[in-house]
Amino acid sequence: MAVLTMNFKSIFSLTLASLVSILTGCNEGNKLSLSERSIIYCSEGSPESFNPQLSTSGTTSDASAKQLYNSLIVYKGKKNTLGPALARSWHVTRDGKKITFYLRKDVNFHQTSYFTPTRLFNADDVLFSFNRVLDKNHAFHHVSGGQYPFFQSVKFTELVEKVEKINDFTVRFILKRNDSSFLANLATDYAIILSEEYGQSLQKKKKPHEIDILPIGTGPFKLKDYRVGSLIRFYRHDEYWQEKAKIEQLVFDISPSKTTRLTKLLAKECDVSSYPIAHKKITERSDLTLESMTSLNVGYFGFNTKKEPFDNKLVRQAISLAINKQALIDTVYQGQAARAKSILPETSWAYDSETPELTYDPVRAKSLLEVAGYAQGFTMDIWAMPVQRAYNPNAVTMAKLIQADLKKIGVEVKIITYEWSTFLRRLSQGEHQSFLLGWTADHPDPDNFFTPMLSCSSSEKGSNRTFWCNKEYDQLLQSALSTTNMTKRKSYYAKAMAIINEEIPLLPIAHSKRFQARGVDVEGKILENFGGISFYDVAKRSINNDVNTLAQPEIADKASN
Amino acid sequence: MLTFTLRRLSLFLFTMLVLTLISFSLSFLFPGDTVINHSGQINATATELAQLNEAYQMDKSIFTQYGAYLTHILNGDLGQSMASQSPISNEVLELLPATIELSLVALLIAMLVGIPLGFIAAINHNKASDNAILSFAMLGYSIPVFWLGLLAILFFSIGLGWLPSAGKISLLFEIEFVTGIQFIDILLSESPYKWQAFSNASSHIILPACVIALAPATIFIRLSRAAMIEVLAASYIRAAKAKGLSFQQIIFRHAIRNALIQIIRHVGLQFANLVTLAMVTEVIFSWPGIGRWLIESISQRDYTAIQSGLLVLSCFIFIVHILTDFIYAALNPLARGNHHGS
Repeated sequence: MAVLTMNFKSIFSLTLASLVSILTGCNEGNKLSLSERSIIYCSEGSPESFNPQLSTSGTTSDASAKQLYNSLIVYKGKKNTLGPALARSWHVTRDGKKITFYLRKDVNFHQTSYFTPTRLFNADDVLFSFNRVLDKNHAFHHVSGGQYPFFQSVKFTELVEKVEKINDFTVRFILKRNDSSFLANLATDYAIILSEEYGQSLQKKKKPHEIDILPIGTGPFKLKDYRVGSLIRFYRHDEYWQEKAKIEQLVFDISPSKTTRLTKLLAKECDVSSYPIAHKKITERSDLTLESMTSLNVGYFGFNTKKEPFDNKLVRQAISLAINKQALIDTVYQGQAARAKSILPETSWAYDSETPELTYDPVRAKSLLEVAGYAQGFTMDIWAMPVQRAYNPNAVTMAKLIQADLKKIGVEVKIITYEWSTFLRRLSQGEHQSFLLGWTADHPDPDNFFTPMLSCSSSEKGSNRTFWCNKEYDQLLQSALSTTNMTKRKSYYAKAMAIINEEIPLLPIAHSKRFQARGVDVEGKILENFGGISFYDVAKRSINNDVNTLAQPEIADKASN
Repeated sequence: MLTFTLRRLSLFLFTMLVLTLISFSLSFLFPGDTVINHSGQINATATELAQLNEAYQMDKSIFTQYGAYLTHILNGDLGQSMASQSPISNEVLELLPATIELSLVALLIAMLVGIPLGFIAAINHNKASDNAILSFAMLGYSIPVFWLGLLAILFFSIGLGWLPSAGKISLLFEIEFVTGIQFIDILLSESPYKWQAFSNASSHIILPACVIALAPATIFIRLSRAAMIEVLAASYIRAAKAKGLSFQQIIFRHAIRNALIQIIRHVGLQFANLVTLAMVTEVIFSWPGIGRWLIESISQRDYTAIQSGLLVLSCFIFIVHILTDFIYAALNPLARGNHHGS
């Protein structure tokens, strides 16, 4: 019987040995494993579509804009100057009304299981992409809802008279008036170029809606697979017009729960994680890094200037002086935000460093209140938004802090909050006295802060909930838009900022940062200067042996064939 | 054997009848329109609604309605999910194999660990090792599975970084869906990364399977211990001893085989327990199985999915029971003569 037990033992050890060999990997011949050629990104939600034209949601543009598409021009470098992309160069006439783009002649569209392009990118694609937005009679205008929120917010249709094709590789935009933010709008994540040929073929197949679900673009990655709520899989676009991306596969692991994202990051199941929590824990680990980028946004405390007592400038000033902004930033943003001195972030080129900031001064606040005739104080309400946003992670806490601050100068505060859509509706009806809200810019042009937040037109129908309307301020914004001279524009905006500081329709509180965590083996820039993300430059460093990194592209090529 | 089979079959039929009756009545008990609860078509237009009413014979007596409902189920039409608007039968076919796979691996682990430990405890009856194993079994049985799952993630995934915490396999690997049992699909696939995928899938299944296996393993310990003690006290063992067989011969030739027969009956019972544990564990480990889907359906108030999911799951567990009964009967001829079922 001893023989039998021996057999048991040897079988057992054999299975164990084979299991171990399976677990440690039998891939000796294949030096670079699949994970070294791919990136897994834990993203925060499912995109609604793969066309950033249709949405201003960050999740949608993160998953599509810089990965799948290119735009005509892009922001480049630290100074955020405009540079060429699909357009080699461009020319603006002296009156600023005609802008001609000279297109690249070597750009390939994606070849996928659902579409094979037969021609290169040309002027027809540019016309197709922009006419879809501009022309209500365009075959694709009403596909997927016919809403183009970004273009509507910048009044694109009112600005552009038409887009002309001069020849196959030249297009001209004709504007109704001069607008210096026009080029900036074209460089955003939303002004992407679709394939006209793909559109035609879908129309023939009578499946036009697929253009936004099964995307074809010119970008560094192409879509392989999308399962709602689960994953998005991209492959590298090997015929990319620039040097091709360094990774072969990009997977978005859709993990809406922030603790799940953290667990996956710590357990190395994803290489990069969006919006991480537990910043301290991540910075403590030697194998992870935390990055941040100051976003172009502002969280603010606004006053309804049409309602008592905030129709009085002195009261607005007094309240603003009584609020300890630094304490708000330390508590609500956990110090992870820059204190706002004006509505424009300091990173913007138009920011005037000489703009004075209102300092925390409760004594002066009290005396101002006396001058305004409210020596006994008064009771007011603060509307705190119910949702979390980057520009204000916790409005209710912020409202409570403000409540405590204002009590010191004898002002009683009631905090009011509604469900988000009700909150916005009632706010637009002007039922509030003061409110906590914020603004995220879509592109770095300073006009994107000044006009939508505080202009007269946006107080009538738009996003200006202070209902403040100042003719001088509006005039300054108009003058700033009609010139392309940067110094002149800057001086106009400086004056506008001075008016805001004097009138205080709202008190800017903070410019928050966007955070991202990644493993130390992931190299290259992911967070773009303006909100979005791009995996084009990302590579994975092989930790085991650096010699392999040199041979990497070649091996990668073979494997992809 | 024939009467045994027939008896099991009739038991199956009647149980299924009761189950469908319960699931049918759920449609009336859930809030909302009954026919919409049956079909899951929340966005049905007026004409579609009329067609549905016709198909489920809602204007006839309740018995006819039940008959129509049964016909739908027998045709494989479980309605569509209210949340995703895709047919539930498709979703179930995609997700059930993942749960079966996880449960089978867990069952295997539980048996491989539990039964030998139980035998060791029985052989060393009333000694220190027996007590140690018994107290371990008590401890393991008392630990709630969700807590154990979280601890395992905290310790092995986050702390040590050894094993992944979520999913069936790293998302990098594209495995084509053939059987739904991942390991088989990987072996069938033609991916150049087959073995990388296989090792990745193995490392993904270890933690959830072990977490699920703990409680059944402790039950197996106690069962096999009791069975072994009983067998060792039997007269044929005494006879074997008297014949002068060595201790090893007695254990391996006679005791183990006879003790195992007792245990096999309970494997089927444990499987139901295992699936319940798997449902909770699937949520913790983001395992894309039927349990997680069912729990998500509950939170989304997807009544059609709850109703049909429960039906499918209970049907599945019942089939497993019957199968183990057959195995037991095949191994133990005495059981076939049992006239009172089980």
